[in-house]
Amino acid sequence: MYNQDLFFQALIYLAAAVVSVPLAKKLGLGSVLGYLVAGIIIGPFILGLVGKNTDKVMHFAEFGVVLMLFVIGLELKPSLLWKMRKSIFGLGGLQVLITSIVIAAVALAFDFQINQAIGIGLILALSSTAIVLQTLTEKGLIGNTAGRSAFSVLLFQDIAVVPILAIIPVLATLSGAEIIESSELNNISGFAALSGWLQLLIIVAAISSIIILGRFISRYFFRIVAETGLHEVFTALALLLVIGIALAMDRIGLSPALGTFIAGVVLADNEYRHELETTIDPFKGLLLGLFFISVGASLNFKLFIETPFTILGYVVLLILLKFIVLIILGKIFRLRKGYEFLFAFLLAQSSEFAFVLISFYKQSQLFTSEISELLLLIVILSMAISPLLLIFNDKAISPLLARWQNKMEYEEVEEPENPIIIAGFGRFGLVVGRLLLANGFKVTIIDSNPTNVEILRKFGFKLYYGDVTRPRVIEKAGIKNAKLVILSMAEYDDAVKVADFIRKNYPKVKIFARAKDLFHAFDFFNLNIKTVQPEVFHSAAELGEMVLTSLGFSKYEAYKATRTFKHHEEQVLEDLYELWKTDKKHFIQESRRFSEQLSETLQAEKNYSIHETDCAWDVTTIIEEAVSKNESDKTDKYV
Amino acid sequence: MKRILILFSHPAIEKSRVNKVLIDSIKDIEGITVNDLYEHYPDFYIDIVREQQLLQLHDIIVWHHPFYWYNAPALLIEWFDLVLQHGFAYGMNGRALEGKKALSVISTGGQPEVYSETGKHHYTINEFLVSFKQSAILCRMEYLPPFVIHGSHTITRGEIIEYAEKYKKLLLNLRDEKIDYDKLSEMEYFNELYK
Repeated sequence: MYNQDLFFQALIYLAAAVVSVPLAKKLGLGSVLGYLVAGIIIGPFILGLVGKNTDKVMHFAEFGVVLMLFVIGLELKPSLLWKMRKSIFGLGGLQVLITSIVIAAVALAFDFQINQAIGIGLILALSSTAIVLQTLTEKGLIGNTAGRSAFSVLLFQDIAVVPILAIIPVLATLSGAEIIESSELNNISGFAALSGWLQLLIIVAAISSIIILGRFISRYFFRIVAETGLHEVFTALALLLVIGIALAMDRIGLSPALGTFIAGVVLADNEYRHELETTIDPFKGLLLGLFFISVGASLNFKLFIETPFTILGYVVLLILLKFIVLIILGKIFRLRKGYEFLFAFLLAQSSEFAFVLISFYKQSQLFTSEISELLLLIVILSMAISPLLLIFNDKAISPLLARWQNKMEYEEVEEPENPIIIAGFGRFGLVVGRLLLANGFKVTIIDSNPTNVEILRKFGFKLYYGDVTRPRVIEKAGIKNAKLVILSMAEYDDAVKVADFIRKNYPKVKIFARAKDLFHAFDFFNLNIKTVQPEVFHSAAELGEMVLTSLGFSKYEAYKATRTFKHHEEQVLEDLYELWKTDKKHFIQESRRFSEQLSETLQAEKNYSIHETDCAWDVTTIIEEAVSKNESDKTDKYV
Repeated sequence: MKRILILFSHPAIEKSRVNKVLIDSIKDIEGITVNDLYEHYPDFYIDIVREQQLLQLHDIIVWHHPFYWYNAPALLIEWFDLVLQHGFAYGMNGRALEGKKALSVISTGGQPEVYSETGKHHYTINEFLVSFKQSAILCRMEYLPPFVIHGSHTITRGEIIEYAEKYKKLLLNLRDEKIDYDKLSEMEYFNELYK
């Protein structure tokens, strides 16, 4: 076969990914760690299946980071980005500045020359966009406060790569070393050799052309290509766009990731946004995976085995320094309630940019090859450890903080008399709570999300932070004398557990529950709780009512039809529950949950007719009777 | 023993002075079924089958409600529309209610004298109730003189309790067939039987 070697390599990388990632996921370790471990296993020091060209693979796969930032840009509207300006430049700027200084100072203490120390500081201050963003998306943290802050910092670091590269020649001259001309560096220094004003002009021109291209011109291209109906051509166009921007940015010395990110943001309002996203996504995922594997594979175990403790010491020191700076900054920038820890743990590793930067520094003879090797090893190890840090945060720090905070919060709470307790005050609980408050009822609200707690308190709600699944929390909230409890939390399984606990220990307390779907409602029915509301049914039915109106029903006709349907659903729920109790086998197959529900409810619909129940104001029989009477009158007459 | 069905309709029982006391006084009595319409059908979704069954199970039908705009609250009107179907309650084959008795029990703010040709409202209570009467007749039922509570906004607690006792007595007598219907038919109000 043509190019057998390439395909063999591909086979190994793909097999490693397919085996290790699901395994890592199953163990709760996240995909990044899975890829890294896969890389280590196929790397030269264990199986030795790859080795010679991992560097090349890594450089190629770095393009995954570029694609990722493009996709993230697509999801970020310009207005949102504008809102984040403070944290990008404030938090991000301070992080790079302070961390660089601290690391450089420590490097000086380790007897590095001043220019080397500055270089090390700048390189190691950066964090891994690939790892952090992959983790954030995977865990759904990109929208939360810590995730946003981390993203802002990463964005600033992307911008900061430009001056860090530009400063190389300056640092190199400082050492008095002769600059070795390398083609890659030439580009940079060639650009850097231009006067500052000209550089700025070129950068501004480049970014404006991206914006103009993205905002005004690209949609014509997209439309022309989309109209061909050939999906692969659209894919080609999408890749062309990203690669083109990446190359252009590289040419003028800007980070390609930054360039494509800007392009993504510009296209966020574009009507082809979703198409672009779904097109780029698989490439992004595969390349990132490849990148992580190659990071794992390029771990230099030989160097590590020689002086394992020294190197581990360096890694721990690096992470510790970064962590301390981050957590202090986090506090200053108002991250609270454990978010500052998440933020700091997220960003405590080194960046994949370090690979590029280290090689440039080496080429300009700023670093000896020993220093480069050592730095590379530290960078890679810190990246490999970082998923573990997050697990540590999840399993150890967060629960500890939560417990500590619970204690603090609960001291303020005096046990209310006969409280109405609402557990879970998100989108659902908020409506229930507002209705009660609007009608003059005081409620005790328990919520496990600290951001909600803060916001709602600000608006004068009585709110307590706590994990309702812990008996102590619910007892402290006054369950013993409670009038009733509303389980409106989105943690559906937990809600059933809490209901069970209350039923067993406080059988007199009435329970009202939000149900995810039929089966979740049945879980409550089993505990003899019938005051259950499936969460989306009514809003969906009411949207349906609007549709009926637009299909020609009069408003009242549509209202009646919907009302009838809602009452019919109550019957369906009861009937299905009876069926479920007698024939569970028929239902319970978690993966087929929705389709089972669908077929059963649709079956019930077959026997449903609105006309059976709605014969009100129907005059058919009256007319019939009148007509038949007339007939008989006539016959009477003519007999 | 006759079975009595009270079709109680009050859209704001929490604000009621009179009817709350009246209805509470006749709960849980053998032979008397209180069917609180607003409690059962807050969204006006009337269970027609249930209502028709209830009608068939009882001999005396009582429409108990405050007198709003010389008429019944909206839900009871809806009940007439939906439950008394052609072919069930009226029409050639609609004989489910045949021979039953119907009675209006109403409360009104006005005193008896304002319900007269010369009074503020120009018509008598019985004139206003003519649609109920004729509805009953259309359904082949006998319409009894109404039990009326006048001056509902101003009467004292004691008077309300008195009314409640009369109401209860009236129902028990209807249940136990201790009513002199000939005498009753000459009266304007049911109340007069218990003067």
